[in-house]
Amino acid sequence: MDSLSYYPGCTLKTKAANFERTALAVMRHAGIELTELKEWTCCGATFSLACDNLMYQVAPIRTLIRARESGNSRLLTLCSMCYNTLRRAALFVRADEKRAEAINRLMDLEETECRGDEIDVVHILNVLDEIGETRIRELTDTSPCDLRVAPYYGCLLLRPREIAVDKMEDPDIMERILAAVGCAPVYFPFRNECCSAYHVVARRAITEDRMRKIVESALKNDADVIAVSCPLCSYNLDAVQQQVRARDAGFRTLPVLYLTQLMALRMGLGAQGQDFALHYVDPRPVLKRKGLL
Amino acid sequence: MDDDRAAQDMTPAERDSLAEISGQCFSACYQCGNCSAGCPVRESMDLPPHVAIRCLQLGCLGELATANTPWICASCQGCSVRCPRGVDIAGAMEALRQVVLRRTTDRLVLHEIDKEALADLPQLAVVGATRKFTI
Repeated sequence: MDSLSYYPGCTLKTKAANFERTALAVMRHAGIELTELKEWTCCGATFSLACDNLMYQVAPIRTLIRARESGNSRLLTLCSMCYNTLRRAALFVRADEKRAEAINRLMDLEETECRGDEIDVVHILNVLDEIGETRIRELTDTSPCDLRVAPYYGCLLLRPREIAVDKMEDPDIMERILAAVGCAPVYFPFRNECCSAYHVVARRAITEDRMRKIVESALKNDADVIAVSCPLCSYNLDAVQQQVRARDAGFRTLPVLYLTQLMALRMGLGAQGQDFALHYVDPRPVLKRKGLL
Repeated sequence: MDDDRAAQDMTPAERDSLAEISGQCFSACYQCGNCSAGCPVRESMDLPPHVAIRCLQLGCLGELATANTPWICASCQGCSVRCPRGVDIAGAMEALRQVVLRRTTDRLVLHEIDKEALADLPQLAVVGATRKFTI
């Protein structure tokens, strides 16, 4: 378990650089070696539900070909969309060998084939769960911390069942990890409710409505911050809050951080790699107040 | 987006293709409404998910044709995982979108989005939106 291939995906190198840097730091701290895939391309998010057009599966299968070429059968993703797309594409192709034949035939310049059963795509939450709460506790700075963190799962980590990282309706993997690093996890009923994903592009009113419901639910349950593990959830909850706040001074904001940002701070890995300028709602005041910064 | 009609003048061939694209027929649905109850965006939909499935069952494509339902769907899979009959409602929405998109009518035109807003978006939002709303 101590060495994995790593697939970043598009956003982890740019807007979600905080997620990548802190996740890699936490993995290193836990003794896990990650090797980024060579020449990776877009995973093809989101997973297409059309059964009859295999072109939609080419991008994720190509990513799995890269993973095969890495020589490591376990592939770590940080982004929920990448995780969902890659795992579902592998299952889809595996279910009917004619699909694999057609896709591999199309990618005739690739030297490696992929049938969908060669690579185990894992999300960082899976890996943290494997590391275990006891070990995470050992790796954490033990000074007290009363930061109340509302972990937000979103959709794609939990649905559909065959790829879910945890129980679909009652997950607790993030809560356990947060407790292990000495934060106070907060239950709120909107933690696995959709943020509206890609609607932020052209139907932002829907995203605003979802963001309000999710943030208000977390605030009602006395959260200090929301923890996410998806770059799109992060944007929809963070950036869209700032836009609403710019129009409505009465709107109460709640900072949004990646789970690994909090873990890195609690594990004494410092704030060095963290770029708080990437946030829209500034988390520094609450982090300072609670002694994490 | 000026035209949200799901299945404007759906041809018989397009109607038949819904089963092939989604990999299912919809006769298992018994209208319990679980999907609509859990749908995070149903308030923005003309027809909630379970009514859209009912239209598909009965072949009432006229009503479905003027509904924005598949374009409001966020593909969160909440409906499909909660359906007690195993109907993939999210898959039905994808099939409805595909029938329209395969007429080469894209439902998202990126150059109509404000440039500053587009530049600020995470790439995966733009990729996801183009995957769902363009061919």
